[in-house]
Amino acid sequence: MGPLSSGITRLYGPQGWAAIGVFAAVAFVVFPVLALVVPESSPFHVSAYWVTLIGKIMCYAIVAMAMDLVWGYAGILSLGHGLFFALGGYAFGMYLMRQIGADGQYRMHMPDFMVFLDWKEFPWHWALSDSFVAQALLVVLVPGLLAFVFGYFAFRSRVKGVYFSIITQALTYAAMLLFFRNNTGFGGNNGFTDFKRILGIPITTDETRIALFCITGAVLIGTLLLLRWIVTSKFGRVLEAIRDAEQRVMFCGYNTVHYKLAVWTLSAVLCGIAGALYVPLVGIINPSEMSPANSIEIAIWVAVGGRGTLIGAILGAGLVNGAKSVFTQAFPEYWLYVLGLLFVLVTLFLPQGVMGLLSRRREARP
Amino acid sequence: MRTLLIILLAAAAFLARPAAALDAGLVEKLGLGDSDEKVGAINALATTGDPKAAELLAALAEGDVQVAGKRVLIVKGTQATDAATGEPVAPLPKDREDVVANNRLRGAIASALAALKLVAPDRETRLAAVKALAGGADPSILPLVKKALGQESDAVIKPLLEMVAATLELGGGDRDARIAAIRTLGLSGNPSSKTLLLALVEKRNDGTFAEPDEDVRIEAQKSLRAVEDRLAWGERAGLLFAGVSLGSILLLAALGLAITYGLMGVINMAHGELIMIGAYTTYLVQNLFRAHAPGAFDGYLLCAVPAAFAVSAVVGMILERTVIRFLYGRPLETLLATWGISLILIQAVRTIFGAQNVQVENPVWMSGGIQMLSNVVLPYSRIVIIGFAAAVLAGIWLLLTRTRLGLFVRGVTQNRAMASCVGVPTARVDTLAFGVGSGLAGLAGCALSQIGNVGPELGQAYIVDSFLVVVLGGVGQLAGTVYAALGLGFANKLLESWSGAVLAKIVVLVFIIVFIQKRPQGLFAMKGRAVEA
Repeated sequence: MGPLSSGITRLYGPQGWAAIGVFAAVAFVVFPVLALVVPESSPFHVSAYWVTLIGKIMCYAIVAMAMDLVWGYAGILSLGHGLFFALGGYAFGMYLMRQIGADGQYRMHMPDFMVFLDWKEFPWHWALSDSFVAQALLVVLVPGLLAFVFGYFAFRSRVKGVYFSIITQALTYAAMLLFFRNNTGFGGNNGFTDFKRILGIPITTDETRIALFCITGAVLIGTLLLLRWIVTSKFGRVLEAIRDAEQRVMFCGYNTVHYKLAVWTLSAVLCGIAGALYVPLVGIINPSEMSPANSIEIAIWVAVGGRGTLIGAILGAGLVNGAKSVFTQAFPEYWLYVLGLLFVLVTLFLPQGVMGLLSRRREARP
Repeated sequence: MRTLLIILLAAAAFLARPAAALDAGLVEKLGLGDSDEKVGAINALATTGDPKAAELLAALAEGDVQVAGKRVLIVKGTQATDAATGEPVAPLPKDREDVVANNRLRGAIASALAALKLVAPDRETRLAAVKALAGGADPSILPLVKKALGQESDAVIKPLLEMVAATLELGGGDRDARIAAIRTLGLSGNPSSKTLLLALVEKRNDGTFAEPDEDVRIEAQKSLRAVEDRLAWGERAGLLFAGVSLGSILLLAALGLAITYGLMGVINMAHGELIMIGAYTTYLVQNLFRAHAPGAFDGYLLCAVPAAFAVSAVVGMILERTVIRFLYGRPLETLLATWGISLILIQAVRTIFGAQNVQVENPVWMSGGIQMLSNVVLPYSRIVIIGFAAAVLAGIWLLLTRTRLGLFVRGVTQNRAMASCVGVPTARVDTLAFGVGSGLAGLAGCALSQIGNVGPELGQAYIVDSFLVVVLGGVGQLAGTVYAALGLGFANKLLESWSGAVLAKIVVLVFIIVFIQKRPQGLFAMKGRAVEA
């Protein structure tokens, strides 16, 4: 057996790989066929609404896995992951805004909100916004750098537990206030929307949407495998040890700051990428993505699915967001009750989430 | 000076004259003249200081004045009186025409009526009149103002009246009178006198001064500096007050957390919603009073304060018994569960009261404020809240240090096992302490309802702030919370005056984030040997 095949068997057993294969087949073959080839009159046709919804949930699932990495494995509860998600979204949104070109409401070569504010030149942070490659790099760099600097100081000063959670919440809250300002240069309240093109291709066609959907699916699988590889490695074992007894790990001679900082930064980068995939698919990004409530919701996805299991994070993101889109359409006034009860009941009765429930049942079987 | 004397004498003569009838010529002009004549007549009538003139002008403003031929009538319903003589006119003459008051006339009437009130016997009426005129008056009423000034003896009204006279004198009048007026203006701390003086020292576009007389300019420059100094002091005082006020609000919002989080270590994200419940309780008590005891409405707060405390405390104790108690020692889980509770509470309030803000009215004794300087008003509601915060602080300090419950709470937080061994019912103490902390949130809500909007999201606005106050102050004692609340209040308001509200908030948040990196244990840390803070 070569190193590659041993790596493959380490990540997942045959069943796991089969599941991933089925998912890939559905995402890359069945869905595109149902959306593009099957005519709209057919009951099997998948409408744009469903493509967008499931694509959106896949973005959320990436965020949930990123959250699970820091919370489920390293024991760091972040209440500011929505910030990294939104930063990635904004970085890519800037490129999409430039792609609108002169097709905006004012027919100018500037985004509408800048024309509205009577700006004559692009502000400095828009300097690279015309280049796809540059903005794609910023999608990774901006959340990564912010997380690195913030994490470096926080972990070095041994800010941990609830304190860390609260200051991450303050961070995203401050950023939200900043982005709400018109003068910050990100469109204020309305954020970015009304995108027309991506890489010169019209963005609202079914084909583009399906392409974006497939890319998101690929990133989802890639993230899952990458994180699985990390958590099953020795590095992952140390992370879990830090979660359970950080001091002992320190006394064993590990520099826990490095470990925490590494996963924290990686987690933020993944969130940024998810945000960048989310924006062209959903077609809007605004500062409310940074609200503390949004960030804390990410934690409940992970808690519902089951902390410390990556599949659980995906499952949780799917379950909660699926329920959310059902409830906000059918009984909008009850959704907050459901969400609130989820928070309470899961923490009280399901500390291992749905995955814990499943494995308990499996163990109970003779 | 001589002119003034003559005017005073003339005014005295007017007053001495029995108020038998108004000058028929003036009244006729008022009824039949053109706009200019009418304004002249209004001002001339006002200068008489005659109560009948006031009556006529008021009637004119109401649209009750009509003319029939050459006679001017005040018509109320079916009864008419002759405007000049005051005699009843019956039967009503045919062919009457309304005297229509256009905007210019209305302005003249308003200022004339205010000027007439300047000589009213009632002090309140005079005060109100002089305040109305301070906002801007027609120069033509200057003689009347001067007359009023001559007979005014009240220490509050007289300087105000002098200011009005100076403002009017500045426009017309000879050089000496204007310089005197400028000096008087220099004694005021009024933004409007600043504008007046600025106009005098301004340069025109071609480089010449708007005011040709150099002495006048120099005087104006001096007075302007004095006024600006005074205004700057006013602004500083206002800033200080705003800082204390915001600090007291933060303190109220954070005191409950200082107990539940600071002492007990329970991270309660629903604290903001307990504040909101306190505010809604105040709203309900207010409605009860309005419906059943409208006479005692001004006293509703006396009932609302204990009610808000009780309702929030009960809700808090129920939460502690049903949810939070099972999560002790697991702070991150507590955080998530209480966040869920906060969502449920928000939605519950929305279901019951609707998503819109509800109206909570201030009692009469809390509306209005103290006018410190002309540009600084200290609203009573804010002053009351500062006092209330101090009282609550004192109360909670007494509770913690002087009562048996306080002793138990401190004992349980310091060493739970030992406290339990010596017979302290720790579970009940937990519930009661959580109840007290929640009740304090209710009190904060009651106070907030008096100065801001009451809506389902009220608590969300305070949760980040109040946690930061507790975290900044340091966990475990009240002093840190007090300093942190006041410090944050000041910092916020100071920065706000430089950079605007949103940037100030961001700067403060970033400062706290940086500060916690430096001192994770907060301003005032409990001394201990534990490696883990």
